[in-house]
Amino acid sequence: MVTLKIDGRKVTVRKLSTILDAARKLDIPIPTLCHHPELSPYGGCRLCLVEIEGIAKPAASCTTFAKEGMIVNTSSPYLEKLRRTNLELILSDHPNECMLCERSGDCKLQELAYFYGLRENRFKGEIRVYSKKDNNPFVTRDMEKCILCGQCVRICDEIQGVGAIDFAYRGLNTRVSPPFEKDLNCEFCGQCVAVCPTGALTGKMWAHKGRQNFKEVETICPYCGCGCNITLYVRRNEIIRISSNEETINEGWLCAKGRFGYGFVNSPERLTKPLIRIAPKENSIFNVKQTNPPLPPFTKVGRGGINNAALFKEVTWEEAFQYVSKRLKEIKENYGPDAIGGLASARCTNEENYLFQKFMRVVIGTNNVDHCARY
Amino acid sequence: MTNSIPEIENHDVIFVIGSNTTETHPIIGLKMKKAVKRGAELIVADPRKIDLVRFSTLWLQHRPGTDVALLNSIMHVILKKDLIDKKFIDSRTEGFESFKESLSEYTPEQGERITGVPKETIIKAALLYGNAVRPGIYYTMGITQHSHGTENVYSIANLALMTGNLGRECTGVNPLRGQNNVQGATDMGCVPDFYPGYQKVNIPGIKEKFEMAWLPWGASLSSNTGLTATEMSGAAMNGSIKAMYIMGENPVLSDPDMKHTINALKKLDFLIVQDIFLTETAELADVILPAACFAEKDGTFTNTERRVQRVRKAVEPPGEAKEDSYIIIELAKRLGYEMKYNVIEDVLQEARKLWPALAGIDYGRISKAGLQWPCPTLDHPGTPYLFKGGFPRGKASFTKVEYRPSEELPDAKYPFLLSTGRQLFQYHTGSMTRKIDAINKVSPFAYIEINPEDADRLGIDDGDLINVSSRRGSVKIKVMISERPLKGTVFIPFHFKEAPANILTSRKLDPISKIPELKVCAVKIEPIKLK
Ligand code: SF4
Ligand code: SF4
Ligand code: SF4
Ligand code: FES
Repeated sequence: MVTLKIDGRKVTVRKLSTILDAARKLDIPIPTLCHHPELSPYGGCRLCLVEIEGIAKPAASCTTFAKEGMIVNTSSPYLEKLRRTNLELILSDHPNECMLCERSGDCKLQELAYFYGLRENRFKGEIRVYSKKDNNPFVTRDMEKCILCGQCVRICDEIQGVGAIDFAYRGLNTRVSPPFEKDLNCEFCGQCVAVCPTGALTGKMWAHKGRQNFKEVETICPYCGCGCNITLYVRRNEIIRISSNEETINEGWLCAKGRFGYGFVNSPERLTKPLIRIAPKENSIFNVKQTNPPLPPFTKVGRGGINNAALFKEVTWEEAFQYVSKRLKEIKENYGPDAIGGLASARCTNEENYLFQKFMRVVIGTNNVDHCARY
Repeated sequence: MTNSIPEIENHDVIFVIGSNTTETHPIIGLKMKKAVKRGAELIVADPRKIDLVRFSTLWLQHRPGTDVALLNSIMHVILKKDLIDKKFIDSRTEGFESFKESLSEYTPEQGERITGVPKETIIKAALLYGNAVRPGIYYTMGITQHSHGTENVYSIANLALMTGNLGRECTGVNPLRGQNNVQGATDMGCVPDFYPGYQKVNIPGIKEKFEMAWLPWGASLSSNTGLTATEMSGAAMNGSIKAMYIMGENPVLSDPDMKHTINALKKLDFLIVQDIFLTETAELADVILPAACFAEKDGTFTNTERRVQRVRKAVEPPGEAKEDSYIIIELAKRLGYEMKYNVIEDVLQEARKLWPALAGIDYGRISKAGLQWPCPTLDHPGTPYLFKGGFPRGKASFTKVEYRPSEELPDAKYPFLLSTGRQLFQYHTGSMTRKIDAINKVSPFAYIEINPEDADRLGIDDGDLINVSSRRGSVKIKVMISERPLKGTVFIPFHFKEAPANILTSRKLDPISKIPELKVCAVKIEPIKLK
């Protein structure tokens, strides 16, 4: 452990902690753009500069280790001037496009410009133009907005273990790119999108779905057994985006299904009304052959709902409930409760599964209840 | 899981067998990668060159279905090198002496002969695991979906027990549960032989306890053993099951031997399917009830590490779709049984009263973060890892397990061995993921993974359409030439209804768990000649 003093306050941190870690422990704000607590230090943006007593030049707090007895100052007119200049340099080739940017209001760069009151730019220079559009289906890569903080490159390599993107070219031409500037072709976990501090990386399916007036709902991913915690952004009864915060068991990381796999909720193919079969069924229950239409190939399901009106008719819930209860009663009376079986669902909630097995055991009176744990 | 997800990064050795973790459990895969970065050694035993192999110290490419031989020969070496935990064996287990004998013939040489893994690699794996301080074993369906799946699981337990690697932090045996709430559905008693909380339906006293709670006026519950899902389709076929109520499952695509499943469901007098989409199973239904999806209801899910977490309603269901709970309660009412709950949390309250391990969990406590059962009291912090103080039934026993081959192995007529499984982008029968355009772009169609040497021999190319047939049926499918499968084996993901892998698979069951042998069946491959 080492003890140091930041802005006059003492703090003790573990060895190999940086000054930034120590300051965060004291809840002292230091602006950063390239730092991420889970990634290797980078020291690229020079916004996290601090003064250390006995050292002539300001140092990047995200790459400087805390030392015993160090005296650190995180804010002074001189530091603020330096930070402001560095920020201006970063902004010098940034397109002034906040109006249309998906991340507006949720962008670290915009927020810093706001705090430092930057609008016009002394260094206004050549704006990088990238005409290349990336046609991958998940991630919009608007590289003109990239500030080369390298977080996406590091997260893809260090956390995801994929290494789908890297810095390419030099100088003013430097950019983050998949090999040979091809379209991104990777695991599409969206980890890079989650850490990008600007609007350079966004979800393709977020586009024009709204940046304000949404509510955030904390819930659990509907796919695999990891049980990742997710936040749904909901606007006008529609999920418009999914993210996950860092304090969760999944540390904010998700996979492609959890992060981008929500479109089914609003699918026009969702079932919206109870349906009862109208295609004739053989009277004799012992007739093996002709009961249902032949399968496969399966009936076509078209956009905008099912088009197999020849097989099913829409009914009210009341009709459906009456029909189901009548048939179940008959079968139970004629063949006994064990002639009925139930399959519950590994995708439904605990409460629903509890009710389902209770229904089978108590209302029907059989232990024939299972789910697909075996597949 | 006996451990929890946050413990993964602190293992010093991770042994993954029969789990394509990075694709089936991506976030657990991330934690494994993190552990490796922090210095853990990773042993991967898998017939396919799965992505995790890139991060491994050792890769054991054993032939599908030879897990018992592999594990036994690893244990043989551990025993020989005296890496067993005698104190643990004496104090917490029984049956070690006779079990020990059963390992004697599984020398590394014998292991190599059966599994195809070089004996040096077997020895290395044994030394790595045997010397580890905080090792974790991880497995999924690659272990269980065999006609000897239960024996595979016993073997894994034997390995952990003989080395004392159970019941400590960051040390244990971790079956990863597939779907988001498969743990919860089992916990809640959606299995024929258990009431909620793993309370056996045929143990005296237990039935009475549930009768008191559910039928206080003195009626009784059934004392007949129920049928498993796989048995139900057989019973539907032979006519002893007449009606089925299927909620949120799609057995037509997910169950083995699709033709059989379809015929069985067609034979039913009455089929109710309750789902969010018109699934392939729903097409066979007499009544389809439209349900709400995860974002349209409140409740809880329990993940693979036994963590009960809160699910919250975010949007309204479309049209007249209703929550599953509403539908069940209404149906019960019409059949003469009142289920009285004011709010959905009341259901969990009822389950808590009947299952002590859940007694300490209510919605209030899990509003921020979930809790892991057992959690017996309202001030209990939950249980990250199991068996700390001992095993529930006193001493754990060793089980002698002999290797026996899978039921349907390749032969002259069907020379390839087929395994089925999942891939990263799609999920299960695809009823959700295949409705998503972006996902369909990166994962548009079914494919069969085939080794380059086999492809050469058959004269087929990447992207070719071929016929794959087994004794049960055949499918047309695109070829993906890949280094992943072992020579002589092929792999098909089961998400795609146009080329349903389960037309091919066999219904051979494990006699104890009734799990079908989805990881091994024999197929033949014929190029489709262009006319
Ligand atoms: S989506 Fe994931 S895999 Fe793809 S580039 Fe981003 S971090 Fe890497
Ligand atoms: S794309 Fe985003 S995360 Fe990546 S370097 Fe650019 S600004 Fe940083
Ligand atoms: S985000 Fe991916 S890894 Fe996490 S629970 Fe969902 S499907 Fe599983
Ligand atoms: S945060 Fe320290 S240099 Fe960018």
